[in-house]
Amino acid sequence: MFVEIRLHGRGGQGIVTASEMLIEAAVLEGYHGQSIPTFGAERRGAPVVASARISDREVRRHGQVYSPDFVAVFDPLFVFRKEVTEGLKEGGTLLVNHRQKPDFPQFRVIAIDATKIALENGLVVAGWAVVNTAMLGALSRLLGMISRRSVEAVVSSKWKGDLGSKNLKAALDAFEGVVA
Amino acid sequence: MNKAKTGRAKVALSKPSEGASGLTGLWRLRRPVIDPAKCTKCHLCWLYCPEGAIARGADGAVWMIYEYCKGCGICSEVCPSKSISLVKEG
Amino acid sequence: MIIATGNHAVSYGVRAARAEVIAAYPITPQTQIIEKLAELIQSGEMRAKYIRVESEHSAMSACIGAEACGARTFTATSSHGLAYMSEMVFWAGMGRFPIVMAVVNRTLAPPWSIWNEHTDMLAQRDSGWIMMMCGSAQEAHDTTVMAYRIAEDERVLQPVMFGLDAFSLSHTAENLELIDQEVADGFLPPLNPESLPVYMDPDNPVTFGNLLGPDKMMEFRHLIKEAFGRAKGVIEEAAKDLSNATGRKQHGLIEDYRSSDAEVVILAMGASSGDCKDAVDILRDEGIKAGMVRVKTIRPFPGEEIASSVRGAKAVAIVDRDYSYGFGGIIGREAASYLSKKPLNYIAGIGGRDITVEDFRKIAEDALASAERGELGIEKWWGMRGFEG
Repeated sequence: MFVEIRLHGRGGQGIVTASEMLIEAAVLEGYHGQSIPTFGAERRGAPVVASARISDREVRRHGQVYSPDFVAVFDPLFVFRKEVTEGLKEGGTLLVNHRQKPDFPQFRVIAIDATKIALENGLVVAGWAVVNTAMLGALSRLLGMISRRSVEAVVSSKWKGDLGSKNLKAALDAFEGVVA
Repeated sequence: MNKAKTGRAKVALSKPSEGASGLTGLWRLRRPVIDPAKCTKCHLCWLYCPEGAIARGADGAVWMIYEYCKGCGICSEVCPSKSISLVKEG
Repeated sequence: MIIATGNHAVSYGVRAARAEVIAAYPITPQTQIIEKLAELIQSGEMRAKYIRVESEHSAMSACIGAEACGARTFTATSSHGLAYMSEMVFWAGMGRFPIVMAVVNRTLAPPWSIWNEHTDMLAQRDSGWIMMMCGSAQEAHDTTVMAYRIAEDERVLQPVMFGLDAFSLSHTAENLELIDQEVADGFLPPLNPESLPVYMDPDNPVTFGNLLGPDKMMEFRHLIKEAFGRAKGVIEEAAKDLSNATGRKQHGLIEDYRSSDAEVVILAMGASSGDCKDAVDILRDEGIKAGMVRVKTIRPFPGEEIASSVRGAKAVAIVDRDYSYGFGGIIGREAASYLSKKPLNYIAGIGGRDITVEDFRKIAEDALASAERGELGIEKWWGMRGFEG
């Protein structure tokens, strides 16, 4: 088993955090994981990319992910950007934070309104809906090898108190709510 | 230069000792001479001497160690009672 | 098992090694290392003095001073920081202070770049430091602890710097097994100040670094040369002992991967060596006898070890993520002087361009084809794109 995942979002949306939490959850399940941030001139709001690998063996390679099995788009406005689906394997999964499912016949497209979940759970920072935990929940569910319990463990260890419970609820709402 | 060995591996080190750089008094062109009658025993010359070439006695008197004094004249410059004069060597 | 970036893996290694003085100046992409150390010291998880300095030159100066007083010291830097530190890097090397330094390998400007290249560290290769290069976060962690054992070994007593690729290792989070404190303590005895070549003992005052004439300089330099000769055995011994202590295979001078019967061997170094191993497996599945040798230690240079590992190969492809202008790939040229058959030198990944599994696969195929045509000893800049677009 060897899965490559790419996350697209904006600087400040927490995609690197989501990518790290995803592989932490995978490690709890006994897998090897790798989270690769793409660094450049990051600014809040600018498009950013992070990648992750999950494998049942040691992940030895350190290159970027060019042909992912999964792509997760954290920002609804980025769904149709060219680089988002670039290299995504035919039949690969495209998870988008969007109210409706965009049309990409060559991929398995799944939409989840992560913004709504974040807002419902009061996850707003500096006017932005913080969607990364909801996206983490949805992505974990779709990957299939990460249990609800591991998502719970990773999110609860990341944040404590009120913020912790809000993030946990968002992650689990998405985990349960995502429809494959 | 001494090659002190403080461990198994050696590096170049020197240990403080009298005349570690040889008889530097040979470098001197002018010799500082103290007038004991004018000296107030304030010891500023002893403090300022960059070579440690001024000695102090139990009674507070100071004298030059001419083997190592390079003749820089700092002692004469700092002396408040103008009791150190520089005399041409030779 | 935890998840940690290569940078944090180093910080945890420094904690396991019980470093006592850390003097460092932040620079991308190294900053995470010293930030984590500052955090560990502030929270009381680590007992050490953190000295904030105004430059890398001062960071190394402070390390030299602290080491001379008998403290185990650590610093970390990268690229321009290392270049700025360079004068004191030589002082530490020629003065035989067993300091350990992590270097996150980053391209030197101009043009400005923060991505990985190995030239920054290789430019310091004649400074009297033992130099190693890591291939994973786990290895960065383990090598940190190993580095102190090698540096402080009384047969060596030279500083050790080890590299990790910017971002692809420094900021990539991976599985990491921490070395237990008892295991680290058993592997690495406390620093014995009496063994230090320069030990500032107030009861036995000495002056270090003063003038030494041509009458004796060569003899002192020759002692350093001899220490580097002994270092090879010490490195292999440390790798073996740490393998036994941790249950993880540690590499000392080189790592050999499926090279014993290989027709084509790639000589790789750093984070991309993992991609190279994946390529070797793919080639083997396709029926091509490929192998990899990884340079773990750069100084002392494992020339004989490399030569013996690639002896049977028809083609040797040396991949350099570095360059010496007017000379060639640094590892390629250095290794070539030990090989009976001329290798092919591939310059790749300059300025942080990825060297992918597919690149390594094609490099191996290209090297084999070149060897069959009898074209050896050639340098190729791999994957050039031109300036259009």
